[in-house]
Amino acid sequence: MNLHEYQAKETLNSYGVPIQRGKVASTVEEAVEQAKALQEETGTSWMIVKAQIHAGGRGKGGGVKLAKSMDELKEHASNILGMHLITPQTSAEGKLVRKILIAEDMYYPGDSEPKEFYMSILMDRSKGCNAIIYSTEGGMDIEQVAEETPHLVHKEWVQPGASLMPYQARKIAFNLGLSGTAFKNMVKVVSKLYHAYEQSDASLVEINPLLKTSDDKIVAVDSKMSLDNSALFRHKDLAEMRDIHEEDPTEVEAGEYGLNYVKLDGNVGCMVNGAGLAMATMDIIKLSGGSPANFLDVGGKASAETVEAGFRLILQDPNVKAILVNIFGGIVRCDRVANGVVEAYKNMGDQIKVPIIVRLQGTNAEIAKKIIDESGLKVESAILLKEAAQKVQAIFS
Amino acid sequence: MAVLVGKNSRIIVQGFTGKEGSFHAGQMIEYGSNVVGGVTPGKGGMTHLERPVFNTVSEAVKETNANVSIIFVPPRFAADAIMEAADAGIETIICISEGIPVRDMIVAKNFLDEKGARLVGPNCPGVITPGEAKVGIMPGFIHRPGRIGIVSRSGTLTYEAVDQVTKAGMGQSTCIGIGGDPIIGTTTRDAVQLLMEDPDTDGIVMIGEIGGTMEADAAYWIKENATKPVVGFIAGQTAPKGRTMGHAGAIVGGAEDTAEAKMAIMRECGIHVVESPAVIGETMVAALKAFAEA
Repeated sequence: MNLHEYQAKETLNSYGVPIQRGKVASTVEEAVEQAKALQEETGTSWMIVKAQIHAGGRGKGGGVKLAKSMDELKEHASNILGMHLITPQTSAEGKLVRKILIAEDMYYPGDSEPKEFYMSILMDRSKGCNAIIYSTEGGMDIEQVAEETPHLVHKEWVQPGASLMPYQARKIAFNLGLSGTAFKNMVKVVSKLYHAYEQSDASLVEINPLLKTSDDKIVAVDSKMSLDNSALFRHKDLAEMRDIHEEDPTEVEAGEYGLNYVKLDGNVGCMVNGAGLAMATMDIIKLSGGSPANFLDVGGKASAETVEAGFRLILQDPNVKAILVNIFGGIVRCDRVANGVVEAYKNMGDQIKVPIIVRLQGTNAEIAKKIIDESGLKVESAILLKEAAQKVQAIFS
Repeated sequence: MAVLVGKNSRIIVQGFTGKEGSFHAGQMIEYGSNVVGGVTPGKGGMTHLERPVFNTVSEAVKETNANVSIIFVPPRFAADAIMEAADAGIETIICISEGIPVRDMIVAKNFLDEKGARLVGPNCPGVITPGEAKVGIMPGFIHRPGRIGIVSRSGTLTYEAVDQVTKAGMGQSTCIGIGGDPIIGTTTRDAVQLLMEDPDTDGIVMIGEIGGTMEADAAYWIKENATKPVVGFIAGQTAPKGRTMGHAGAIVGGAEDTAEAKMAIMRECGIHVVESPAVIGETMVAALKAFAEA
C-alpha cells in the first residue's frame, strides 16, 4: 500500500524525523485558510503547492509550484486542484488531483548554502536484509545518478536481527560530506528514519531531497512511503490512510471478491488459478499472437461465483476480444469448475460477446471437457496447454 | 530417497487441528506420508487423525523423533512457528502459509541460519518425493516416481510442469516448491544444487518468475557445476514494471529482474530455456536425449 506525501511525512514525523511542515487542502478556499495557518505557525513567507497523487515526477508535470504571495498561492491551488496530472510515472491520461499539500519554504538564506541529499530504505532481496541507499546527489532522478555516476550512490546494509548501529549512521553522515551541527543532525535523522521504516513495517521509504538547510537542520522535504500489505494488521492507523481513488476501480472491485486482478492494455482477458500459472498464461497469449488484457488469479477456490465475478471484471474492459480460462485442478476438481463456468455463462450469456476458451487440466479433466462440450454454449474447451494456445492463435490468424 | 523428504521422513504438522492443517494432513496421510503427529498450542494430549497432538514442537520432537515439519498456521504467527521448529531441532521445515510480514521473515531467516535448519517456503506448495512422501498441498495423483527434479516458485505452474513431465513418459525424483515471497528459506540455487548432487535425479526443470536475482544466481552456479541437463522457464514475460503479480516477490524492479533478462542469462549458462510453458515436458525429453548423445 502506498501513502501520499503528506501521510508519509506525518508518519515519519511521529517517529521524530524532522519534516518540511505543511497543511492539506482539497478546495481553493481551504487552501487559502490553510496557507494562512501555516504562515502563522511556521513564519514562512514563501510556500510550495504540491499535488498529492501516488506517482513520482510531479514537478515535471506542473504539479509542484512555488508561491511567493497569497495571490500566487490561490492561482497555483486553483490550477493544480482538479487537474489531470501527467508525470513520467502516470498513464497518458494522468491522475486527477484531489488534494494539495501547502508546505513551508525550507530554502531560506542563512550562514551556509542549502544542500540536497538522497536517501531511501528498502529490503535488499539478494541479501535478505534492509539496506539504506544514499547519495550526495539529491533532488535528481536517482536511477539516472546510479547509471551515470555510480560512485556517488552508497549502500549500507543492516544486520538482520540487529538495528542500524550508531557507527553506520556516522559513516553515512561522513560519506555525505557533513561536519559540525549538520553532521550531528544527520546522524540523528538517519537513525530515526530507519526506526520509522522498521516500526511501521514499510517496504520503502524514499526521501528525495533530504535537505540540509542554511542553518544546518536536516529535513525531509519530500517523502515517498510504501507499506508491507501483509503487516497492515499491526497498523490500523496506517491501514486507514488507504486512498482507493488512487487505485484502479476494477482492481478494487476484484479485491472485494478475493480475486487478484491487475489491469493491462491487451486484448485477451484471462482467468487462472495461481499467480505463476497466471503469468505463464499471459505469456502464452502473447506467443499466440494476442496480448494479455489483465492478470487475474482466482486463487484456490474456482467456484461458480468466483468465475462469474471474474468474467464480469474482464468484460468491463472494452478492448477484450477473447477470454482464456486456464485452471489446473488439483484439490479443486475440474468438473466443478466446468459446472461453474457453464452456470456463470448462463447467468450472463447475453453480456458475453467474445469467444471463450476454457482449458481445464488435472482432477477429472476429461469429465470437465465433456461438460463444456455438451453445454451447447459457445465455449471452446481444451485439456493440454498447447491446445489452448493453438485456439487463441486461431482467433488472431 | 531423493532429496529433502522421503520414506525416512517423520513428519509433524504445525497447525494440525486447524481447517487447512486437518485437510492437508489427511491428504498427506492418504498419500502414504509418514505423519507422526501434530502441534496445536493448547490442544496437547488430544488425538487427531489417529495421531497425537502436542502443545509444543520440542515436545513433539521428543515423543515422536520427528525430523520434518509442515506449517499451516495463520501468517501473523507463522514466523514464530518456523523459529519454534528450528529451535526444537527439526531439520527440514516446510512453510505453506502465505502473507507473512517481511520484517518477521528477516528475523526468522537469520534465526534459521544460526540454528542450521533448512526452510522451504513460505508461500509455497511444499515438497514431494513421489511414491515416498508428500509434504505439501500439491495433488499427489499427477506425480509419478521417476528421475526428473523440479524446482519452482509457483504452485499450479509447478503442477503444470509435473503433469507435462509425467505425460511425456517420465516421472519425478523430488519436486520442490520454493515459494513466491521475497524472502524464502531455500533459494532456486539451493534447490538446484540439491538435485544436481542427487544420484536419483537425471534432469532438472527450473521454473522462475519475475523479481529478484535468484534464477540468475542459480544459472551462474549451473554453468560451473552442471552434470545433468536443466530446462528453464521464467513466468511474467508480459508483466508490467512495478506491479506485484500475485506473489509478493513477483515484481519487476529494474532491468535485471525482468523475465527477458533472466532468460538471457540462463541461456548463456547452458540452460534449455523455453519461451512457452506448454513445451516443458517435450523439451526435457529432447534435452536428456541430447545430453546422452553428447
